[in-house]
Amino acid sequence: MSKVIVVTSGKGGVGKTTSTAAIGAALAATGQTVAVVDFDVGLRNLDLVMGAERRVVYDLINVVQGVAKLPQALIRDKRIDTLSLLPASQTRDKDALTEEGVARVIKELRAKFDWVICDSPAGIERGATLAMRYADTAIIVTNPEVSSVRDSDRIIGLLDSKTEKAEKGERVEKHILITRYDAARAARGEMLNIKDVLDILSLPLLGIVPESEDVLRASNLGSPVTLNDPASAPARAYRDAASRLKGQDLPMTIPSDRKGFLDKLFGRRAA
Amino acid sequence: MNSTSAIDANNLIRFCIRSYIAFVLAPQAPIVDWLHQLDNWTRSSPGFFVGRPVVLDLSTVKLSQAGIRHLLEQLAERSIRIIGLEGTDSSELDTSLPPLLTGGRPSERQATPAAATTKPTAAPDIPDEPSSLLIETPVRSGQTVVFPSGDVTVLGSVASGSEIIAGGSIHVYGTLRGRAMAGSRGNSDARIFCRKNEAELLAINGYYRTAEEWGADIRSQAVQSWLEDGVLKVAPLD
Repeated sequence: MSKVIVVTSGKGGVGKTTSTAAIGAALAATGQTVAVVDFDVGLRNLDLVMGAERRVVYDLINVVQGVAKLPQALIRDKRIDTLSLLPASQTRDKDALTEEGVARVIKELRAKFDWVICDSPAGIERGATLAMRYADTAIIVTNPEVSSVRDSDRIIGLLDSKTEKAEKGERVEKHILITRYDAARAARGEMLNIKDVLDILSLPLLGIVPESEDVLRASNLGSPVTLNDPASAPARAYRDAASRLKGQDLPMTIPSDRKGFLDKLFGRRAA
Repeated sequence: MNSTSAIDANNLIRFCIRSYIAFVLAPQAPIVDWLHQLDNWTRSSPGFFVGRPVVLDLSTVKLSQAGIRHLLEQLAERSIRIIGLEGTDSSELDTSLPPLLTGGRPSERQATPAAATTKPTAAPDIPDEPSSLLIETPVRSGQTVVFPSGDVTVLGSVASGSEIIAGGSIHVYGTLRGRAMAGSRGNSDARIFCRKNEAELLAINGYYRTAEEWGADIRSQAVQSWLEDGVLKVAPLD
């Protein structure tokens, strides 16, 4: 039974692409087949974060328009052979996506993979609505910060009205993934705390990914953080999130880098 | 949006009556200048009338049948489709013109672009009985709930950047973070209640206050808001 997930947020720069790559790699590492799909046509990034930018020949638009076949466009990851990438086109824009074309591609992906993870562009326009259109599950990536939370709320409204499931009267399963969380700053009141965020969005929590240099380092190396540095705090957080997607019930912790006694103390207090 | 239907067992034709809300445009003489003003106005809200029902009120201008036809053509060029005429003599109209409408009543519903994102509201069967709308889910940012015919009760929270517009009172059992506008049809007795007030704006019958205008004693608390001699009051519930 394959599952289509959209990773979305409304606001840009909150960590959708990083999260797509990290969770995709974490799921694939358990032996299940995963396709990560970049819907950010015109501003593609997922290929860079996955380290596949030199291997792109055909892209999502080519497949949507029937120029290329899906297997021609899929790029298999060199580190994990159950992980594949369907890149976006950098030279086109979101108008090149059609609803029928996307429906066909998603259907084909569903037949081939256990997990199809769609990396949504920022915004609430065509690209974002088509990325969520056929999803079974949504991961709403939020930073503990008011503008990000309000934009996420807007996206949740769209998930409840503009998706195929919503139009059929069903519900898209929705999870909140809080990224760039800094326990010390939240304790000082410089950031929203976890409770505030969940209070506003009133949805279940999939995971808390701490702010970490490891994430930026992994992106620059073209490797999902869960593969690049599996022992790091963000990698552990993403692995837990992936396990929860598979239905496991894990206690919610905020992984830390164990820098020192004080950090740990603040981390505890904020949790 | 009231409907009455009658089905005769022997008659398979289903026949019912419904009323709808339409925009009414009232041209002023001289028509050329009025059209010019209309163009200026639509420039700031392009496409405002596209796909919306519009009635033409001709009571302030005296137009011949040819004049009406010319005006309709001018409006059609601006993508404004006229579904009916008002305020003219039926003897002047032939069947090629839109039908004459009578008995229209003013509506309090505001013609804002936000109305385009309005959620469908329940249609009460009997207009003069009290009615209410219950919303069991959170109202998300960007959503607008319009319910001119009565009270609105929200069990969840009302997000920042969303709005509730009710003809009657508004009750929010979660946190009110968006805008609440009660008594939208001119009802000064309407009130707003919420369990936790983080509202951006509260309004009753058009009198409003923004969050900046109330103190910390009102914020983050269970409050009610009511109208007293044209002044919007907000006070803690306990």
